[in-house]
Amino acid sequence: MRRFLITFLTLIFTAVMFASTAFAATEITGAGATFPYPLYSKWFSEYQKVNKEVQINYQSIGSGGGIRQFLEKTVDFGASDAPMTDEQLKKSPVTVHHIPTTLGAVVLTYNLVEVKGDLKLDGEIIADIFLGKITKWNDPRLVKLNPTLKLPDQALMVAHRSDGSGTTNIFADYLAKVSPTWKEKVGVGTALNWPVGLGGKGNEGVAGLVKQTPGSIGYVELIYAASNKLPVASVKNRAGVFVKPETKAVTAAAANFLKKTPKKDFPEDFRMSITDAEGKDSYPISSFTYLLVYGKQNGIKGSNLVKFLNWAIYDGQKLSAALEYAPLPKELVTKIDAKIKKIEVTK
Amino acid sequence: MFSKKKKQPKDVHFGDRLFATSMRTVALGVVLFLVLITVFLWGTAKPAFQKFGFGFITSTAWDPVQHNYGALPVIFGTIVSSLIAILIAAPLSVGIALFLNELANKKIATVAGFLVQMLAAIPSVVYGLWGIFVLAPWLRTTVEPMLAKTLGFLPLFQGPPYGVGMLAAGIILAIMITPTVSSISREVFKAIPRSQREAALALGATSWETMSIAVLKSSKTGIMGAIILGLGRALGETMAVTMVIGNRAEISASLFAPGQTMASVIANEYAEAVSDEHLSALAAIGLTLFAVTFVINSLARVFVWRVTKAQGTSR
Repeated sequence: MRRFLITFLTLIFTAVMFASTAFAATEITGAGATFPYPLYSKWFSEYQKVNKEVQINYQSIGSGGGIRQFLEKTVDFGASDAPMTDEQLKKSPVTVHHIPTTLGAVVLTYNLVEVKGDLKLDGEIIADIFLGKITKWNDPRLVKLNPTLKLPDQALMVAHRSDGSGTTNIFADYLAKVSPTWKEKVGVGTALNWPVGLGGKGNEGVAGLVKQTPGSIGYVELIYAASNKLPVASVKNRAGVFVKPETKAVTAAAANFLKKTPKKDFPEDFRMSITDAEGKDSYPISSFTYLLVYGKQNGIKGSNLVKFLNWAIYDGQKLSAALEYAPLPKELVTKIDAKIKKIEVTK
Repeated sequence: MFSKKKKQPKDVHFGDRLFATSMRTVALGVVLFLVLITVFLWGTAKPAFQKFGFGFITSTAWDPVQHNYGALPVIFGTIVSSLIAILIAAPLSVGIALFLNELANKKIATVAGFLVQMLAAIPSVVYGLWGIFVLAPWLRTTVEPMLAKTLGFLPLFQGPPYGVGMLAAGIILAIMITPTVSSISREVFKAIPRSQREAALALGATSWETMSIAVLKSSKTGIMGAIILGLGRALGETMAVTMVIGNRAEISASLFAPGQTMASVIANEYAEAVSDEHLSALAAIGLTLFAVTFVINSLARVFVWRVTKAQGTSR
């Protein structure tokens, strides 16, 4: 009996040892944002074909969890939709680099079966709808913006995210910029104290509520709306143009932000909000998503992570469009490239 | 003990002792696990309790932006949705158990009993999806307008019919706990000796009278236990509830209004909670939920234990 046990354990032990030496590829682990996960998982599998010695494991546990794990150093890199706050950066003993990887946007989707044509909205009206100040579809302000549409005398039902989400953060960030009341009463965050409306879990939850409830309006990720062909509203940008949410308008928002921001105001650490960007072709509710990387890297793992980042901002961008992600503007890629060169890699 | 016997040439009891030791470790491990969970929750929740004190349980604010946390709306949501579930599920389950145990012939009882049990095997996310796509639209277009029309004078049935909301959550929960309550009720009914039923019949009782005198009356505490176990399950249910309750932390008299439960607020906000205050507040809610379910499950144990003990001596 005992001899059997000993033999058995030895067998297991050797098997484990053998298995771990057989696959000696460098494993890099990361955790964080769920929004870019489809793109990241495509990237990681494509990158493994390019660089066979690296295997990147990513857990999409949410931006909040990503930042926590990154600060606790349980991962090699983190990922977050919103940049880290000053307070969080203070907690980190080492330098943190924010590497923008792709762009996302928030779109307004609605359920008005009888109305044909595209709905147009502006920032203040969106804020007042989500503050509960506009309660009917035939509100004079909505009618004024949409003279060609026959808006019904129907109650507006607001749908929002119930789970903490980067999408909510982008949306609230935009509303706080265009509406002082929003800024004061609700504020910006991944989870909010909503004045009105029903909460749905995830993009699919909000889309489900909107689809099920006549007269409803809600916000979802651009990718989600595009791949599910939801009706979306055009939003008036700072230049006064109504822009449809499309990947090129999102990339344009980032490019215009770069162009229009004076050099001294440009955040060198890339912690920037590009909502309500200037420029005629900018979609106003757009945002970056980031990888969080330690300033000092070491060994094969570190040099491979840097190699991957370089691959992501060039070759990786070509994979974005097919998955409905907006690629980074070229001007920014050069800046990020310079930033990646600053990462110290010690052998 | 181990070392002494090791030297004996043939240790025939080695396997037995190994088995006993490993089982003991496993059993104690469960207790240890419970303690560790409590310690972890308390450690994380402490800052929130320190900051808000007792106000954490009585305040109605839930504002992660301003770091102002109060658990009353979610405690309210948890209790109300579970109560609706119990009000629907208790008579339904006891009815099912009575029918299957006392009235149905053996074939039907086996098949129907199995089907009711199957309800427990459906994943809660599937219940949630069914809730979003079938139950909520039906409530919005048919049930809620009808309730508003007939019972609209009650504050319970006022306000716009959204479909999703407290009522939808209660109904989903009712379906989910029916297998638990009905199967435990059946066990309780089975524990009643045949002689008791025969005595009632011999006295000239009708079928219904037999059930009410011989079966229902003597299993009151047992049924209570079954209901409380169902309640325990309803209190902690997360996914299905989150999908249909509307997720608004507010206290409203209307059952049509959206609500939020303790379990669903944790599921909703934990992943993206970044600040320590937010995390601590969520852990504090977890601890409160833990305490509530713990107390309720203990109560159920006592009830069921009492009824089985009473039956044991009467036999």
